Amino acid sequence: MKLREGEVRIPSGCAIAGILNRSGQRFNGNTIISCIANMHQRSNGLGGGFAAYGIYPEYAEQYALHIYYDHEKAREECEYYLNHNFNIALQGPVPLRRQAKINNAPIIWRYFALPKEGRLFQEEIDIEEFVFRSVMYINSSISGAYVASSGQNMAAFKGVGYPEDIGEFFRLDDYSAYMWTAHGRFPTNTPGWWGGAHPFTLLNWSVVHNGEISSYSTNRRFLEMYGYTCSLQTDTEVITYAVDMLMRRHGLSMEDTVNVISAPLWEDISDDNQARLRRVYSSLLLNGPFSIIVATGNGLMAINDRIKLRPLVAAEKGDCLYVSSEEGAIKVVEPSPDRIWSPGGGEPVVGLLYGKEKLIEPEPKIICAQSA
Amino acid sequence: MGAPLNTGFQMSTPVFKVDRDPDRCIQCGVCINQCANEVHHMDNDGWMWIEDEKCVACQRCAVLCPTRAISITDFPVIYRENSHWGSASIREIYRQAESGGVLLTGMGNPRPYKSYFDHLLLNASQVTNPSIDPLREPMELTTYLGNKGSLITETEKPFLKLKVPIMFSAMSFGSVSLNVQKSLSAAARDMGTFWNTGEGGLHPDLKEFGSCAVVQVASGRFGVHPGYLENSAAIEIKIGQGAKPGIGGHLPGEKVSEEVSLTRMIPAWSDAISPAPHHDIYSIEDLDQLIETLKVATGYRKPVAVKVAAVHNIGAIASGIVRAGADIVAIDGFRGSTGAAPMRIRDNVGIPIEIALAQVDSRLRDEGIRQQASLVAAGGIRSSADVVKAIALGADAVYIASAALVALGCHMCQMCFTGKCNWGLATTNPGLSKRLNPELGIQRAKNLLAAWGHEIQEMMGGMGINAIDSLRGNRLMLRGIGLNPQELDLLGIKSVGD
Repeated sequence: MKLREGEVRIPSGCAIAGILNRSGQRFNGNTIISCIANMHQRSNGLGGGFAAYGIYPEYAEQYALHIYYDHEKAREECEYYLNHNFNIALQGPVPLRRQAKINNAPIIWRYFALPKEGRLFQEEIDIEEFVFRSVMYINSSISGAYVASSGQNMAAFKGVGYPEDIGEFFRLDDYSAYMWTAHGRFPTNTPGWWGGAHPFTLLNWSVVHNGEISSYSTNRRFLEMYGYTCSLQTDTEVITYAVDMLMRRHGLSMEDTVNVISAPLWEDISDDNQARLRRVYSSLLLNGPFSIIVATGNGLMAINDRIKLRPLVAAEKGDCLYVSSEEGAIKVVEPSPDRIWSPGGGEPVVGLLYGKEKLIEPEPKIICAQSA
Repeated sequence: MGAPLNTGFQMSTPVFKVDRDPDRCIQCGVCINQCANEVHHMDNDGWMWIEDEKCVACQRCAVLCPTRAISITDFPVIYRENSHWGSASIREIYRQAESGGVLLTGMGNPRPYKSYFDHLLLNASQVTNPSIDPLREPMELTTYLGNKGSLITETEKPFLKLKVPIMFSAMSFGSVSLNVQKSLSAAARDMGTFWNTGEGGLHPDLKEFGSCAVVQVASGRFGVHPGYLENSAAIEIKIGQGAKPGIGGHLPGEKVSEEVSLTRMIPAWSDAISPAPHHDIYSIEDLDQLIETLKVATGYRKPVAVKVAAVHNIGAIASGIVRAGADIVAIDGFRGSTGAAPMRIRDNVGIPIEIALAQVDSRLRDEGIRQQASLVAAGGIRSSADVVKAIALGADAVYIASAALVALGCHMCQMCFTGKCNWGLATTNPGLSKRLNPELGIQRAKNLLAAWGHEIQEMMGGMGINAIDSLRGNRLMLRGIGLNPQELDLLGIKSVGD
């Protein structure tokens, strides 16, 4: 039997792009579609997707669960689970524009929901942890169901196809967001599974990623020690968990997080704090070629591997920050940026909404690895 | 059991045959002078003859013969073919019937057990990610050993910094010559790594190399005093050794010269016997106390390592050691070498380092305590490829001893326990030990580390990795060939083609 993505590790090349309006002004999905469509050749029609932030202001407090089902039975089973655990404010199919280029789409529903107070009380955990565990449960235990996104006031729209066609399919021109990220994929075989497309998301995190991390197994085995279950066998999943652990659980600053995942060379480290970070978190160095855009509701961070083995370009115009695999993709939507540059290896490009200082607020209590 | 009495009657033919080509021999006498085993002889009238039965095949005479007149071969086997009773088994019984003694031997287990390193293949990048050229790009081998902790907010524990993830393993002064220790200690210092004193104390001449020494505290406590602990980079409690798990050490009185006696703090010419267990460690909680004692004695400024032999239940043992407070766990596989061990122990006790290492690494991760200690793999590391495979299985660094001795001239004759090492390594005889020139020894040991370092960089670059941190425990870089599913599972790797 052919293994689907998530059961087998598939390396792939890609295009990535992201646009943030730092003043929080929203704009529709056509811009990011033009941007990623310009890099058509970097994808092969086997995966495309978008993350959009700020699209559900009327349900901003609710967790927007976008769920893919292989069949109706999976939907029934999942909804039974959701009804038991969440108060659902609104639910229904995600509006789609059927078209010839996109085939074999799963059943796609969304739910605006908050965990039931009683369930939180029983489990003795906070809301985020509850949603996190619910996502892990649905993905691993409900056959034929997959959570595409689970954040607040955001969603991921992804599937098998060229990204511009996926954008059409999901009617992204109907949505307005203050931040969009996009991904066009060139996997090295034919997964044909919508869940395998980018962005990869968890709560408010979304990651689009170009590259193959040679340190995958080292990173994964380290994260597993801290309770992360890497079920999808993708580099992107590992990156998301690494950032989540460092920033949310261990409360590292963005600079320190970068000093871990894209650590400077030993010979360039003079600061004792940097050296210490490398010693403690040496297993979270992401080694091998990558460029990624990590986003939360507060903004985005784009970064390369430390010797820049994948392309990454950034530009600014007024309140807007653009990041992309190629300069042409930025120029097609912003022909005359105020500034355009190519960040060096391990040199992050950070864009935050005005008034925000961090991508994410750390957890108040620090969770350690289980130990004696 | 009556006392054994040597019968003095030999039943077997020699193991090796020494041939001297009379057309080439110029009767210079080098072979006679070089052979401490007294294989070669010359009469007053110039007639030369050979005692094959004394030959250990160390190759010293053959290598130094200026005219290449000497060759050493296996003595032709005379026994009737028998797949169960090999000639070695028969000869060993003859020897024991003759002497009534335990068979002694040296170096590591030579038996044809499966070598798992030889069933592991490495990955390389092709198309989907680029390989990295170590000649053009930085390629980091720097390794830190010790308790790393899990959080940046904790107080940092002491650590060792290695510029190359290879250290010289424990070889005591007494089991090897002072010149061997001079060579390895200076090489370790120059290359940014560490050497290990073994259980033999630190000779006054080597005081300046204390800062790059891991000083051993073993069951005999030989040479241990406050100054010894203080003048070190780290302290290693030796519980066991891969070549002889479960038994102690024995330095024959013949090797306990005046200098050895001073360094070990024992009477000269007396046998130095390390007991099998530490007499203050009868369980894991006792180990905890010794670790703590050593940390207190050195003001918590030095990492404490615990070295154990790889045995059946090594996962649980290592977990206990880490929980007892060890900063480094050194695991010595069943191929690990020795200066002297009973042959039956060396050849039949313990398990392979590859399996032990994989089990320990996985166990410590399952328990969430892998960050609390570094793992050092030892026992039969023959090349840089073995180093890379060990690190990918989960080691932080490796120890080498046999390889280091080979670099200094060892020819693996396995007769270290006799004290008659013709290469001047496993001996304290001044006439023999001066055969190793420390200046040359330092350079050769440094060359070995440098060569392996370059090779490790090449292999890492091929995998698309530019820091050794990203190789550690990276088992996806390994594939097994010719291994059964259970072996693959124990090693935590996939099969080739998967």
